[in-house]
Amino acid sequence: MRYLPKSPADREAMLKAIGFRSVDDLFAPIPAEYRLARDLNIPRQMAESEIVDYFRQRSRENGDGYTSFLGAGVYFHYRPVIIDSLISRGEFLTAYTPYQAEISQGTLQSIFEFQTMICELTGMEVANASMYDGSTAAAEAVMMAVRLTGRRRVVVARSLHPEYREVLTTYATHQGMPLSLVGFGDDGRVNRRELESSISAETACVLIQSPNFFGAIEDVDAIAEITHKNGAMLVVSIAEAVSLGIVEPPRQADVIAMEAQSFGVPMGFGGPYCGVIATHEKNVRQMPGRLVGQTTDKQGKRGFVLTLATREQHIRREKATSNICTNQALVALMVNIFMTVYGKVGLKELAKQNLAKAAYAAAQFAKHSKILFGGSPRFNEFVVQTSEDPRAINSRLLGHKIVGGLPLEKFYPELGNAALWCCTELTTRSTIDTAAGFVAESERSVRSGKEVGLQEVTR
Amino acid sequence: MKHMTRKATRHVSQNEGLIFEKSSLGKAAWKLPPLDVPAADATKLLGAWERRDLGAMPEVSEIEIIRHFTRLSTWNYAIDLGMYPLGSCTMKYNPRVNEAVARVEGIANAHPYQPEEISQGALRIIKTLSECLIEITGMDAITLQPAAGAHGEMTGLLMVRAYHQSKGNARKKILIPDSAHGTNPATAAMVSYAVENLKSDSRGMVDIASLEAQMNEDVAALMLTNPNTLGVFEQDIHKISEILHAKGGLLYMDGANMNALVGKARPGDFGVDVMHLNLHKTFSTPHGGGGPGSGPVAIKKILEPFLPTPVVVRRADGALAFEYNRPQSIGRVRAFYGNFGMFVRALAYIQANGPDGLRQTTEDAVLNANYIRKGLEGTYDLPYSTPTMHEVVFSDKLQAKKGVRTMDIAKRLIDYGFHPYTTAFPLIVPGALMIEPTESEPKEELDLFIEAMKSIAEEVEEDPQTVLDAPHSTRVSRLDETAAARKPVLRWKPAS
Repeated sequence: MRYLPKSPADREAMLKAIGFRSVDDLFAPIPAEYRLARDLNIPRQMAESEIVDYFRQRSRENGDGYTSFLGAGVYFHYRPVIIDSLISRGEFLTAYTPYQAEISQGTLQSIFEFQTMICELTGMEVANASMYDGSTAAAEAVMMAVRLTGRRRVVVARSLHPEYREVLTTYATHQGMPLSLVGFGDDGRVNRRELESSISAETACVLIQSPNFFGAIEDVDAIAEITHKNGAMLVVSIAEAVSLGIVEPPRQADVIAMEAQSFGVPMGFGGPYCGVIATHEKNVRQMPGRLVGQTTDKQGKRGFVLTLATREQHIRREKATSNICTNQALVALMVNIFMTVYGKVGLKELAKQNLAKAAYAAAQFAKHSKILFGGSPRFNEFVVQTSEDPRAINSRLLGHKIVGGLPLEKFYPELGNAALWCCTELTTRSTIDTAAGFVAESERSVRSGKEVGLQEVTR
Repeated sequence: MKHMTRKATRHVSQNEGLIFEKSSLGKAAWKLPPLDVPAADATKLLGAWERRDLGAMPEVSEIEIIRHFTRLSTWNYAIDLGMYPLGSCTMKYNPRVNEAVARVEGIANAHPYQPEEISQGALRIIKTLSECLIEITGMDAITLQPAAGAHGEMTGLLMVRAYHQSKGNARKKILIPDSAHGTNPATAAMVSYAVENLKSDSRGMVDIASLEAQMNEDVAALMLTNPNTLGVFEQDIHKISEILHAKGGLLYMDGANMNALVGKARPGDFGVDVMHLNLHKTFSTPHGGGGPGSGPVAIKKILEPFLPTPVVVRRADGALAFEYNRPQSIGRVRAFYGNFGMFVRALAYIQANGPDGLRQTTEDAVLNANYIRKGLEGTYDLPYSTPTMHEVVFSDKLQAKKGVRTMDIAKRLIDYGFHPYTTAFPLIVPGALMIEPTESEPKEELDLFIEAMKSIAEEVEEDPQTVLDAPHSTRVSRLDETAAARKPVLRWKPAS
């Protein structure tokens, strides 16, 4: 086995040194009836070339070469080459959690820089590194608000990613945290009148997403006012991190729960991604997850350590703020490098390109079909309502190696034939024109079908 | 001291400030292609929501970024540099082919919502890995959705709760041995179960009499790590599962130490009802400085209705698909399907090994731990003489007489070119030195480690202060953690 660094003679010598006759002696502690006396029934040992070939084949069965208009919490942005060059360094890739600070300063300093940049972008004072993803970050942020307020009820926007809502439901069910939903208005944003009536003196927090699942930017100021008036906390989920380049961050939030996948993390069929929680300094002791702090060594030299560990499970056990241990550190490093590459000016320019592509696409689609919630400010996603079932249009597009917008019927049946479309800086004008052409064609054929039907009735 | 330079020698290490300290207006490491659509008027589109300032975000060039992170990287220890014997962390070699195949276009760039008809490759990877892990654990079904070990524990306990609930009573508490990882009690609390400690006997195993006395109809499950954190196989496992099952309780196994069992014994065969695996331990996916991990949960049939949604199934036409309609499911624990990129790596590892390779891997891991035990017995106190599996736990009892504790020895080990072992855990061993070499260490590296540990023990006798002041060879000496926690500085701020 090519990963094992021992010759038969080494093994022999080691067994002898221990005073054992055979390998079986090593496994004597396992009662004989539980020792496996056969080979595992799994694929045989493969050569590296075979393994590469196996995954190349799977890749070919997996949408390789398709262009996509999918967003909905996962975004296709360009990943600068140096991200993989740098994270492939063994010193980052094959290191453990930086508990031994003296030989982990590389990881620790990079996390400190990550925390700083997340604070700059979100307008918060502290950020952790990291949570599993945006969905679990949102659930943990809600639990944090429950601890901070001593209240238990949670109001959740229906315009929050439906799968984030499902995850929160799973987390909340057994913790005595009743959830109530608040719907969206004609503008696709939180219905403020409904929010007013669903919030009470028992509400721990209101959880919204902005830009929300439909791509619309929520009126965070107004929602924050209603929330804070009732003594509750506002938790804002951000699923599209690139929006922070051009959209004002939700500074009025008490906690921000973020998915940073857009910052240089491959879509990878859903993970691994990078959740982050950011908040104000006064809330930090209820924050879950790892935090790096600056300090000095015995000679007064600057250095970094994991800190405020008394929040964590390895110290506090059942009284910890969360059970989280392993997080998404290497993915956080990808995010960190991405933020460093684009920086102050690049992130804004990148976000502007996303804004422009989505605005152009929405205008093209609007010529032939209806853009829902079109009056609201939005970033790079929009909802298109067609006469025909979007799945039918998508299946025709798929024949041209284009994946159309996400049909919303599964999550929002009341929206009818609606689909959520996304454009990033990587979506080309010609692909947008092609897709818009298919939608136009669909509308034309539905209309002429209707006319034909009408003529038949008249005749 | 005399063996100090056998493994490591000091060399120049570059200084490097924070990235913000290199930033200056107008430098850039990015270039966007020309826009092929009309430019957008952000003010018109966003109104009051337009962001104007990105604060202190850095502006640097590409070469500066490369040097910055490369310099930082050289300040880390890593498996790629040498032995990393953290107990219960299984710091084994992370094969590079895993990284290569995870980056193949159709795998790296697949969107989780792309139609199933063009996702058959990903679905097949999920299905194949699931089948392998079910076979390895001897269980009946599995979910790959949890993102890490602790997340798997939560998923497993939610299924335990749902199972008991379906029988009319969710029960009140979880039994947890005093040798368990901190995540176990923290997880039980997250699922609203009370935690009851279970003491260990003189062999370092679950005390059967205590278990019998504490087991009743209020107990939902026992969370057992096997081999436990002492590296000891729970020899009474059969009795443990019998006692639990007799009163309707379930046996949860924390699979953190599965590296001692793969191909040699299967938890499903010795009475385990539900367990999690750590793909970032046993199955070689990289730790990456603290993640990403992946914590699949394998279960017996009785728990299958409660699996998180969705579950991958084979349709009548032979195609693979996600099944969402599962009325008794605990729901989702994460958006999408889990840390898919880790599934790819774990499957590549299993393929590279095959049944013979996995068995040899386990044998070598156990052989290495026993070799270290033999080499250090007598030099360090061995609190439990019970046979060792994949890791061995010593205590600092002998060195403590000179005022030197486990953390001091660990820090001194750094000077000898090794990453420290796990210190002060498990809690049942005061001053624990918890050592897990894994299968990835050649005999030469183990000999150097033993030699280093012996040399440190001599230093403790002759010159304890050298050990107490260690490390001496690192960029920074011991850092003031108390100050860091008392007045937290958690971000850089521009000088104003």
